[in-house]
Amino acid sequence: MFHAFLIKYAEIAIKGKNRYLFEDALIKQMKIALEKVEGEFDVQKEQGRVYVYCKSDYDFDEVMEALTRVFGIVGISPVVIYEDKGFEQMGKDVLSYMKEHHPGYAGTFKVHTRRAKKSYPMTSMEVSSELGGVILEEFQDASVDVHHPQLNLTVEIRDKIYVYSRTIPGPGGMPVGTNGKAMLLLSGGIDSPVAGYMIAKRGVRIEAVYFHAPPYTSERAKQKVVDLAKLVARYSGPIRLHVVNFTDIQLYIYDKCPHEELTIIMRRYMMRIAEHFAKERKCLGLITGESIGQVASQTMQSLAATNEVCTLPVYRPVIGFDKQEIVEIAHKIDTFETSIQPFEDCCTIFVAKHPVTKPNLKVIKRSEEKLEEKIEDLVREAIETTEVIDVEQM
Amino acid sequence: MEAYLDNAATTRCYGQVKDIVVKTMMEDYGNPSAMHLKGVEAERYMKDARETLAKILKVTPKEILFTSGGTESNNLALTGAAYANKRAGNHIITTAIEHAAVGAPVHFLEESGFEVTILPVDEKGVVSLEALEKALRPDTILVSVMFVNNEIGSVQPVDAIGKMVHEKAPKALFHVDAIQAFGKFQIYPKKLGIDLMSVSAHKIHGPKGVGFLYTSEKAKVQPQILGGGQQSGMRSGTDNVPGAAGMAEAARIMYEHLEENREHMYQMKERLAEGLSRLERVQIHGMPLREGAPQILSAAFAGIRSEVLLHSLEEQGIYVSAGSACSSHKRTASSTLTAIGLKKDVSETTVRFSFSEETTAEEIDYCLEVLGKLLPVLRRYTRR
Repeated sequence: MFHAFLIKYAEIAIKGKNRYLFEDALIKQMKIALEKVEGEFDVQKEQGRVYVYCKSDYDFDEVMEALTRVFGIVGISPVVIYEDKGFEQMGKDVLSYMKEHHPGYAGTFKVHTRRAKKSYPMTSMEVSSELGGVILEEFQDASVDVHHPQLNLTVEIRDKIYVYSRTIPGPGGMPVGTNGKAMLLLSGGIDSPVAGYMIAKRGVRIEAVYFHAPPYTSERAKQKVVDLAKLVARYSGPIRLHVVNFTDIQLYIYDKCPHEELTIIMRRYMMRIAEHFAKERKCLGLITGESIGQVASQTMQSLAATNEVCTLPVYRPVIGFDKQEIVEIAHKIDTFETSIQPFEDCCTIFVAKHPVTKPNLKVIKRSEEKLEEKIEDLVREAIETTEVIDVEQM
Repeated sequence: MEAYLDNAATTRCYGQVKDIVVKTMMEDYGNPSAMHLKGVEAERYMKDARETLAKILKVTPKEILFTSGGTESNNLALTGAAYANKRAGNHIITTAIEHAAVGAPVHFLEESGFEVTILPVDEKGVVSLEALEKALRPDTILVSVMFVNNEIGSVQPVDAIGKMVHEKAPKALFHVDAIQAFGKFQIYPKKLGIDLMSVSAHKIHGPKGVGFLYTSEKAKVQPQILGGGQQSGMRSGTDNVPGAAGMAEAARIMYEHLEENREHMYQMKERLAEGLSRLERVQIHGMPLREGAPQILSAAFAGIRSEVLLHSLEEQGIYVSAGSACSSHKRTASSTLTAIGLKKDVSETTVRFSFSEETTAEEIDYCLEVLGKLLPVLRRYTRR
């Protein structure tokens, strides 16, 4: 049973005067993550370190699952805390720690001591070497290697004695809420949830917009997107999802424009609507799951054509990834199984057999002129009838 | 207005069924296996349910084996009969249009070493007797044919099949999946030569999660669920009293009004078919209306994918099914529609309408009116 967890965070430690902002954001996100875990926890910042103190019984795996989803955490070390009853007792405690967590240890090790309590009567070096001796006496097959030890046993001397030897890797990145907000274009596919995850990992809050096209896409397709948002929200925190009814716009484009340009023009309108919500919600950019060349609408020319309607920056974190690389992340964040449920999304329902792959912006704009009569009204109506769903983590 | 035309997927529970389900949950909630009075009371419901169902089929109460529904009944019948009769032979016969609850266990048996023959059907969805005659062998131990096909409502010549099976393959058991037929047809298993017959409650206004397998006294079946030995060890597990009592009540009501219900459903089917015939590019599948099942009408709407039509109808409060509801989780072509020789573009545009005795002429007319408006619009927007 561990009494506390020491949280290691590398990147945010280098942020100079802003450091406390990042630490506070990290602590806030950790508290939110731990709210869902059974048990009582106290998250504290002490002398440049963040600790989670366990105030009640808890399930270790459950705590790990929650904390390994908090961006900004680089490592989590489970800590056993002993009362400070003099050095002799410390030796006994360290031995019992070793026996419990590394029974029969026979590799190389090193004891590393930190004295937060500078009034302690021994120096760090003295403590380390004495403790090393105590361990060697008990674990006869173990040996000391101060340069490349297989086991790094840390003893922190504070009001009490903190002992830990293991670090579970965290997700890295930066705490959500330290870097503004962005609007994710969330489809039901594999790529967009991954894109959302990746940007959230840089400390960005996420909102999302989904375009549905009833009766061409079903209620279940929409539910699938809500489910995906719930999965991403486990990392990013709650996501506000804007569900836009896109049917009338899509059919109008179908009626008026050349069929092979349908997808490109449609996507330009999606970007316009997404940007409208992004600005309304004070987002600083858009996020898409596009990857160069993956489909006709994601060639360099097509990307340029859809990008052209936006004034906000468009972040495309998987732009240089192969499908397989994206799939690997989707597996890691557990969105893959949901993404591959077979519901049609609105990008594919009317897709032409031979869509343009190298759209010419002038031609596209000329085609869009044919929409002048009604398109503004349709866009306004789509925006006004948009359904807002506040998605909590699953 | 709302029009529920998906009664082959499931039906609304009868009020009387709900009452008895509630009563056996809230008042007479004992475990029939318990020795005390509460248990005896609950056991009475099981006994009554068995007797009611046995009477409808003209069989003995102990030949009614309660299950968790149609799928379990089919699994028990196929796997249980195949393994119990393994020493008599190794050959199993079924058809190309069975529901997955038969198809999947048959596939499992084939993988486990049984030899399987799958009979073709004609363009109306009726199994070929000549093919059956050719397929039957002395070592055939099991023949499984559905009574009414769930997708297109075709009715199989169960009587002739039963006779032929017992004549040509004396060791074979004849299993009938009657999940879409029970409550719509008068069925006497003993007269028809049926040894095993699967039934589900929720297709006849009963609760979900309950069904039964008629198991002829002479049929050897190996139990699939082992445990406390309930139902003479054939199907362990605490008796589902609310389910069994509710199912029997639903069956009792259905069969009390069998003829008038059938007539009503046929009229609804004809009314819809007549209306569809006045719409453009609609093709009705299956047998002539009165020869097929009264509750199922399957039709293709050229140029409109069934999912799109389904969701368009749903927006107007009309509920239908695309192909078979159970297979709509997967995006594969329906095996029945392929088996009756439909091309992909026809099967992909096929919708199933299914009725109950509660279906009204207003619902049918409303559906036709909406279809009349929708079809031209939907046909304008297609993949080019």
